[in-house]
Amino acid sequence: MTALLAACDLAVGHGRSVVASGISLALEPGRVLCMLGPNGGGKTTLLRTLLGLIPPLAGTVRLGGAEIGGLARREVATRLAYVPQAAPGGFAYPAREVVAMGRAARLPLLAAPGRRDRDAAEAALARLGIAHLADRPVTELSGGERQLVLIARALAQEAACLVLDEPTASLDFGNQALVLRQVRALAERDGLGVLMTTHHPDHAFLVADEAAVLHRGALDGPAPPAELVTAARLREAYGVETVIGTLDTPDGPRRVCAPVVAGGAA
Amino acid sequence: MSATALRARAAPGWRGPLAWSLALLALVVAFLAALSVGRFPIAPAQLPAILLGRDESPAALVFWNIRLPRVAAAMLVGAALAAAGAAFQGMFRNPLASPDLLGVSAGASLGAVLGIFLGLPVAAIQGLAFAGGIAAVAAVAALAGAVRGPRGYGGDPILVLILAGIALGALMGAAISLLKILADPYNQLPAITFWLLGTLSAATRGDILAAAAPALLGLVGLFLIRWRLNLLTLGEDEARALGVNTTALRAGAVACATLCTAAVTALAGAVGWIGLVVPHMARMLGGPDLRRLVPLSMLLGAAFLLAVDTLARSAGRMEIPLGILTAVLGTPLFLWLLIRARRGTA
Repeated sequence: MTALLAACDLAVGHGRSVVASGISLALEPGRVLCMLGPNGGGKTTLLRTLLGLIPPLAGTVRLGGAEIGGLARREVATRLAYVPQAAPGGFAYPAREVVAMGRAARLPLLAAPGRRDRDAAEAALARLGIAHLADRPVTELSGGERQLVLIARALAQEAACLVLDEPTASLDFGNQALVLRQVRALAERDGLGVLMTTHHPDHAFLVADEAAVLHRGALDGPAPPAELVTAARLREAYGVETVIGTLDTPDGPRRVCAPVVAGGAA
Repeated sequence: MSATALRARAAPGWRGPLAWSLALLALVVAFLAALSVGRFPIAPAQLPAILLGRDESPAALVFWNIRLPRVAAAMLVGAALAAAGAAFQGMFRNPLASPDLLGVSAGASLGAVLGIFLGLPVAAIQGLAFAGGIAAVAAVAALAGAVRGPRGYGGDPILVLILAGIALGALMGAAISLLKILADPYNQLPAITFWLLGTLSAATRGDILAAAAPALLGLVGLFLIRWRLNLLTLGEDEARALGVNTTALRAGAVACATLCTAAVTALAGAVGWIGLVVPHMARMLGGPDLRRLVPLSMLLGAAFLLAVDTLARSAGRMEIPLGILTAVLGTPLFLWLLIRARRGTA
């Protein structure tokens, strides 16, 4: 079976400066891949390359078998949806209009969203449980609500593959759990292939089928989170001592990662 | 501060119908006032008879030959500048953007000033202004393209475009200053100064028709792509990830806005402020969605310039340049809008 999104021996960067190289990964339907890595390690550059926004410096990115550089933006967008970080500010569009913008790739140049597109937008809002926010300007929503609106926009795009850039960054504890639950559900219930970046190793244990760590110009993984997210690798990537253990939760035993702040290696 | 203006509070339920009625009301009032007020007053009660051709009095002559063409010109200029401004503010994601951002006004001004300096006939001056505006934006786009390189990945395309516009704008400003210094101070210089502030006093029916074709073409273009322009307000990466060919869309929008602005600048001179202030008024009224903002800006721009032009030709003993009045009326209006937006009382 062809992967929804596949990178093969990829080198990413800007102009002539290579940020990371030798990257290979594949995203399958119904699976969540969680990418960790320190700031400045190239996560954003890798995401932009995977989205076809910047060209790879070496290697290939394929969407369902077709090389991404050979596809029009419109074709890319019907296969691969991007969820950016929900930044504050911007224009005060009502949430339903923001979600309807996800239909752009399926509309002719001069058209505005029609009945079918409106329905798709409503369905996406309902799917994420935020139908009641439809008329609210996105600038007045909380960070978590705004993030869900952006995920709804990606759903309205009806792509099989979802790329989320730190969807939990700058969200409070409750909203992080809310967004993560939806991410998991999108893979399990809707069969989407999901790639997300995060700073929390716990998120990999919580929602991911596979994890990868991007640091020092190379990608470790993808591999099952329990194998990949180890104290040794986190020390290497983040320079922090951690203890990884197993907790009994109502969902069953789950691995958790706790940083060691006091004492430590020093 | 300026970002606050963009984040106007929306209450979509009432906003649509109210916004349309207010804008239409403003236009109708300004239209009727502009038709009747003037050196030769025409009573509103006289208008139906004149329109039906049953009135052959001097009033009818004034109406058909002078008043109506000028009113049409004012509406065209206002609508074109405001719509171009709305498109620019959206696509450059900047509330301070106005149609002259990429040098169209500076280029048109340079063309016109050169025409006046060379003592060319009016039609040639207008042609030079139109060509100058188009050429300036084409040069800015070419310069930005050259800076970014053939693959087009060298940096933020919008920033490069704006900086190229500022650079060439400064150069054209210098050329205009040079021509003003070299110009004959008794005849040419006042003509240049007046042109640079904008006026419709000399516009003939032929001028207006000549300007109307490209201006309407640009307006129709902006109107047709207005929903898709919303996507450019999300920024480069997001728009492209949503499937938009941002380079082509931006080029199309810039072409339409430039066509509008160059055409009406050739007709009326460099009338400032409309393209900046009117889109803000429209946004306060109807929200940031360009599907509504573009046509609302056209209506309000037409109404605003109609009011300004009526004042310009009837307030004083001599015609007041439009640019002076748009600034005098526009500045307090703009500040009031900003204060209102900050208080969040929409």
